[in-house]
Amino acid sequence: MLKIEPRKNRSNFLEVSAPVIAVILTMIFGGFLFLSMGKNPFEAIKLIFWDPIMSPTFSEYSRPQLVIKAAPLILIALGLSFGFRANIWNIGAEGQYIMGALFSGSIGLALYPLDAWFIFPLMILGGIIGGIFWAMIPAILKIKFNTNEILVSLMLVYVAEQILALASISFLRNPEGLGFPGSRDLSKYPSASNPELIANSGIHVGVICSFIAVVFLTYFLTYHRLGFQIKLIGQAPKAAKFSGVNVNYIVIFCLGLSGGLAGIAGMFELTGPAGLINIDFNVGYGFTAIIVAFLGRLHPIGILFAGLLMSLTYVGGELAQFMLSIPAAAIQVFQGMLLFFLLSTDLLVSYKISFNLGINNSNPKSKSE
Amino acid sequence: MDFSDINFSLLIASLIVAATPILLAALGELVAEKSGVLNLGVEGMMIFGAISGFIITIETKNPWLGFLCSSIGGILLASIFAVVTQIFRANQVASGLALTLFGLGFSALLGQSYTGLKPVSFPDMHIPILADIPVIGIILFQHDFIVYFSIFAVFLVYYLFRKSHFGLIIKAVGENHDSAHALGYNVILIRFFTILLGGALAGLGGGYLSLVRVPQWTEGMTAGAGWIALALVVFASWQPFRLLIGAYIFGGITLLQLNLQALGLEINVALLSMSPYLVTIGVLVFMSARRNKNSLEAPKSLGKTFFGL
Repeated sequence: MLKIEPRKNRSNFLEVSAPVIAVILTMIFGGFLFLSMGKNPFEAIKLIFWDPIMSPTFSEYSRPQLVIKAAPLILIALGLSFGFRANIWNIGAEGQYIMGALFSGSIGLALYPLDAWFIFPLMILGGIIGGIFWAMIPAILKIKFNTNEILVSLMLVYVAEQILALASISFLRNPEGLGFPGSRDLSKYPSASNPELIANSGIHVGVICSFIAVVFLTYFLTYHRLGFQIKLIGQAPKAAKFSGVNVNYIVIFCLGLSGGLAGIAGMFELTGPAGLINIDFNVGYGFTAIIVAFLGRLHPIGILFAGLLMSLTYVGGELAQFMLSIPAAAIQVFQGMLLFFLLSTDLLVSYKISFNLGINNSNPKSKSE
Repeated sequence: MDFSDINFSLLIASLIVAATPILLAALGELVAEKSGVLNLGVEGMMIFGAISGFIITIETKNPWLGFLCSSIGGILLASIFAVVTQIFRANQVASGLALTLFGLGFSALLGQSYTGLKPVSFPDMHIPILADIPVIGIILFQHDFIVYFSIFAVFLVYYLFRKSHFGLIIKAVGENHDSAHALGYNVILIRFFTILLGGALAGLGGGYLSLVRVPQWTEGMTAGAGWIALALVVFASWQPFRLLIGAYIFGGITLLQLNLQALGLEINVALLSMSPYLVTIGVLVFMSARRNKNSLEAPKSLGKTFFGL
């Protein structure tokens, strides 16, 4: 029979190699998926994982895209990872991302066409506030009424999407847009735009911000008391309560952090790559970031690499769509598979599995989390 | 407008149709949660059921076969969840999310060439004599098979947990899996069963959405119905009849919202479209605020992983 025992110490080697195993398994199963669609699996995998970085023909376009798409994923996933560690499940980052963009966009559009240095920082602030505001709804409801934050945060995504649709056809619509939905193009409004800092690198302020956030949050998680408490709540909730950790405060902090980071990601996306508020502004970064957080093993540095890898599947996926006409949905399946394999390989990290084919143990030992 | 008797009855009748997908999905989730499994993949299983049933109906022109396959589709997806959480002992919340993401992607992939098509219509079954009763006949007895089945399933689940031995075992597993294990029950096997049952019902609910309720295939057509089903289970305090009432109230809100949109009143469309989600949040808050006074609580082992073997 299969026997599963908790490890005394989490295996460091497996901690790093489990995600790698998961990625390889995804490539293999993804290959079968592409094969079943009548595509050459090797070519498809090469297009997704190799060509965006290495191919001389595509990399000039793909490399900057890689950074542009990784930045919001990293920012959002960083915030989510803290909550996930403490068993606080904010899955509505997509909504907080939209609200961040809407708040900052409103500020920028209200001040148009004023030319001043303070507009951009003000919009960043607006993005943070918008995201936090949207995340505080599930946080406060959880604290006050013990309402399930998973469902509330998710419901608020749909609400935010409706507000976005409303904004882009009414109060934020471009008055010179001939009645088409969508706001003014903020990337063409110098005081509010978030341009590339180095030509053809893809690096904008948001990318820099995401790197700073990685460094800062690594420090925070490792050395700050709050970082320790968050880890403690996740691993031993009772011990955390007895040692005087204020759980409500942690709920506010984790949801606030993830909301703020999602909001700021929305702001950078709006003022840079997206340019304007429109019905199709959000493309699911908030949900993909959940995968990124797990792929990065809920650690900031892991998330940095995971964000880049996930961005690679987006960019490579577009390439595969263009070259082999593999539909975008196939990439979504690919990402979903990756998460499954990750969660399954997690067993290897925290538990020791052994086969004993001999005489059965008479006393059933059971351990529950 | 003229609110005559017939209109009113038709409204209630279509409310029942609107509520059926969520009712089925929520009922499946209720059984799974009773056994201690929190499957957040309802949305994924629903949409996968929706596309499986739709494709089969288009290809075979047989909606019965379609409904069967939507159930099978739900079971297929649920079995991934079962393997990952019960054999690989993965975190249920994360695995459920993965299932939803995977289901949404996979259904979009399969449904590429099926957008805009119309499935064969699924016939209503007028129950003889009863269907001719004036108001009640229209409301209750002129529906299709799946609506009757969903109501029958509510009774069945009620019977399962109130009167049957097997239901008692499921509850025991959900309340305390270690004790149930010590008593000699196979926790993993029972949870496998409830997860697959949940998948079958969620898939059927999804199939009803794409074959009867809409009836068409569009990407992401469940639009949060699976999540609302999850909320409904909390609303119903894990009781099948409350689930029925909750689903019909919810169906009513959805319908009212759509009717108001169609009437073109001065109320904003976006505001109306977000109302079902806002109502769900309101209901959740109301229920959780009451929870302390309520003796009926969530199964004690809900969402916890069982490690014994």
